[in-house]
Amino acid sequence: MSARRIFARPARFAAIAPYLWMVLFFLVPFGFVLKIALSQTAIAQPPYVPVFDFMGGREAITAALEQLSFDNFKLLVSDDLYILSYLRSLTVALVSTAILLLIGYPIAYGMARLPQRWQPVAMMLVIVPFWTSFLIRIYAWINILQHDGLLNTVLLKLHLVSAPLVWLSTDSAMYIGIVYSYLPFMILPLYATLAKMDVSLLEAAADLGASPRQAFWQVTVPLSLPGVGAGALLCFIPIVGEFVIPDLLAGSDAMMIGQTLWLEFFTNKDWPVASAVAVVLLVLLVAPLLLYERLQHRQLEAR
Amino acid sequence: MAEEIQKSEPELERAAEPAKIEPPVVAASLPIKLEPDMPLLRIEAVAKKFGNFRAVDHVSLDVRAGEFFALLGPSGCGKTTLLRMLAGFETPDEGRILLGGKDIAHVLPHERPVNMMFQNYALFPHLSVRDNIAFGLKRAGMARVDIETRVAEMMALVRLEGMEKRKPDQLSGGQRQRVALARALARRPQVLLLDEPLAALDKKLRESTQRELMELQRRLGMTFIVVTHDQEEAMTMASRIGVMDAGRLDQVATPRDLYEAPASRWIAEFVGDINLFEGQPGAAEGGRLAVSTRDAGTLYVTEPRKALKGAVSVAIRPEKVKLSRRAPAVDEANAFNRLEGTITDVSYLGGQTTYKVKLDSGATVSSTMANTTRIVDAYLAGQRVVAWFTSDDCLVLDQ
Ligand SMILES: Nc1ncnc2c1ncn2[C@@H]1O[C@H](COP(=O)(O)OP(=O)(O)O)[C@@H](O)[C@H]1O
Ligand SMILES: [Mg+2]
Repeated sequence: MSARRIFARPARFAAIAPYLWMVLFFLVPFGFVLKIALSQTAIAQPPYVPVFDFMGGREAITAALEQLSFDNFKLLVSDDLYILSYLRSLTVALVSTAILLLIGYPIAYGMARLPQRWQPVAMMLVIVPFWTSFLIRIYAWINILQHDGLLNTVLLKLHLVSAPLVWLSTDSAMYIGIVYSYLPFMILPLYATLAKMDVSLLEAAADLGASPRQAFWQVTVPLSLPGVGAGALLCFIPIVGEFVIPDLLAGSDAMMIGQTLWLEFFTNKDWPVASAVAVVLLVLLVAPLLLYERLQHRQLEAR
Repeated sequence: MAEEIQKSEPELERAAEPAKIEPPVVAASLPIKLEPDMPLLRIEAVAKKFGNFRAVDHVSLDVRAGEFFALLGPSGCGKTTLLRMLAGFETPDEGRILLGGKDIAHVLPHERPVNMMFQNYALFPHLSVRDNIAFGLKRAGMARVDIETRVAEMMALVRLEGMEKRKPDQLSGGQRQRVALARALARRPQVLLLDEPLAALDKKLRESTQRELMELQRRLGMTFIVVTHDQEEAMTMASRIGVMDAGRLDQVATPRDLYEAPASRWIAEFVGDINLFEGQPGAAEGGRLAVSTRDAGTLYVTEPRKALKGAVSVAIRPEKVKLSRRAPAVDEANAFNRLEGTITDVSYLGGQTTYKVKLDSGATVSSTMANTTRIVDAYLAGQRVVAWFTSDDCLVLDQ
C-alpha cells in the first residue's frame, strides 16, 4: 500500500465527516419530524397515523404515503394562536437582540481597550456564569424578582419606588432573564473582532481630522460589523426558540412559539401539529442564516 | 514593474505641468503666519520617557518651511516616537513643539495641521481607495464637489487613476504606499510626516519612489519630515538630515556635511564606511597636524579648527584612499600619508571595486576605486601596494 493511500483515508474521512454529521443528526431527524408533521393525530401508540409498515411491501407503503397531507400546516396558517406565537417569538428575539447589542457592545469595547494583561481576567468574568447550571441561574432570578426579592428591596431602600413593583410574570422579567442569559454570546464575538482591530487605524482617523466620536462611528463600528452579525445571530436564533425563560419568568397571556410547541406536544399530545410548528420554526430561522451567509459571501467577494 | 519605472519619467513631466497648487485650504485650523527667519516647526528640548526608558532625550530642532528633512538613526533610537509627538499621538514629558510660533504640544491630533503617513500605511480596510483619500476631506467639512475634484487630483498625483473603487487589500505594496501618501497629502498639511515611507518596498521601486517623493515635495512646496533608518535614502532625498542615536539628536547637517564632516566617530561609522586609526595628536606645523597612530604610524591631517583633547581617531573614507604599486612623490597630490601593505580581499561591485589592504602592523585599510575602464587592470589579492591619501581627506574625531 502506498504512503499516499494511508494518508488519503483519514483526510478523506475528515472531509466528509461534517456532511456525515449533518445527515445523521440533522437531515434524518428532520425527515422524521417532517413525516410526522404530514401525518394525522390518532389515539394510538405512536399517537399518529399513518405508520409506515416496511414489512407490508410496496402497496402498504404507497397507501401510507397517500394518507400524508398538509392539513397541519393549513391549521398553523388559519389559527391566530400559532401566527401570534411566531410573531411574539420574533419580536421578543428582535428586541432582546437589540438590547443585548446595546449592552454588549460597550462591554466588549471596554474589554478590548483594557491593558493586555487584564483582558483574560475580563474574559473569565464573562464566562464564569456558565459554570453554574442555567436553570439554577433562572431560579435565582425568580428569587431576585419576587415581591420581597432583592430588586424590590434595593429599589425601596434607594427610595426609587414607594411600593414594591410586580416583576415576576411580566415581559420585563422575561427580558431581564433573556438578556442576562445570552449576554456572553453577544460579548464574546464582539470582543474578538474589536480586540484584533489595528489601533493605528484609529490614529490614522484622528490624524485625518476625525474626533474620537467620528473615528468610532467611521472606523471602529464598520470594522466590527462581522462581530455584530455573529453575536446577533448567536443570540437571535436560540431566543426565537426559547422555552424555559419565558415559561418561568413571563406571564401566561402571550406565548412564544417554544411554549406553544410544548403545549401541543405534552398537553394536547398532538405530535403532528407540534412537528409542523417545529418545521415552520426551522424554516423561519434558516432564512436569516442564509441572508447572513449571502452578506458574508458578498463581503468576501468585495475584497 | 519595469514598465512602471520606465513610464515614471514622462508621467512625472506631464504631471508637473499644473505646478500651481493653491495654498492649504483644509488644514488651516491654525492660521500660520511666519515671520521672516522664523522656522515653520521648532522643537525645543522635547523629551519623552516610557517608564524609566528615555525614548526621546531633549531634542531641539528647527525645520524651515518647504524643507525636506530626514530623521536618520538606527532602529529603536526614538525616531517614530519623535514623529508621533509631532503628530500628537504622544505627549512630550518636557519641552515645547512650536508650529508657526504656536505651541502645539498639547493640541489633539485631529486638530493639528499636520498629517502623517504611517509606517504600516494604516489604510482603512473597509473603504475604497477613493474613500480612503476622501476621509480627511470629509472630516474637514469640504463640499462634495470639491472633494471629488481633490480626490481626482490626488489620484493623478500619485498615478492611481482607475483604482478608485478598489479596496486596500486588492492593491500591491507599491500601490498601497501611494494611497497612503495621497491620503496624507489630500488635506494639504503644513507639515507632512512620513514614517519609513519606503521601507516596505523592494529596492528598484524604492529608488523610483524616492525620486517621485522629492519631485512631489518640490512641486507642492510642502514641508516633509521623513523618518528612515537607511542612510542612503536620507542622503538621496533630504536637504538636511538629523541623526538620532539613543533618543538624542547628535548632528543636523546637509547630506554632504554629514558624510564629509561627521560630528562624531559614531556618526562617521553610521553614515557610510570609514577607516579609523586611533592615536595621539602631536605637533602642528604648516597647517598640518601629526597624529601618531598605533596601526598606521604617523599620519598628517589638516589642522582642525577646534582644539583637541586627548586621544583622537583619524578617519578616512575608503574612496579617498588610493592604491598604487609605487609610492607617489610627496609634493605630488599632497600624498603625505602612505601606508604599505598586502591586498587580502577584492570585492568587485561593477561600478567600483573595494580592496582590503592588510598593513604590516596587522590593521586593515579599505580602499574603493571607481572602475573607470573596462580593461582589467585591478590589483590582485596577495599583491604589495601603497595606500595613500592627502591630509585634507582625513578627519580628526574625538574618540
Ligand atoms: N508605547 C511605548 N511603550 C514603551 N516603549 C516604547 C513605546 N513606544 C516606543 N517604545 C520604545 O522606545 C524606543 C524608541 O522607539 P521608536 O521611536 O519606535 O524607535 P524607531 O522608530 O527609531 O525605531 C524603543 O526602544 C521602543 O521599544
Ligand atoms: Mg520606527
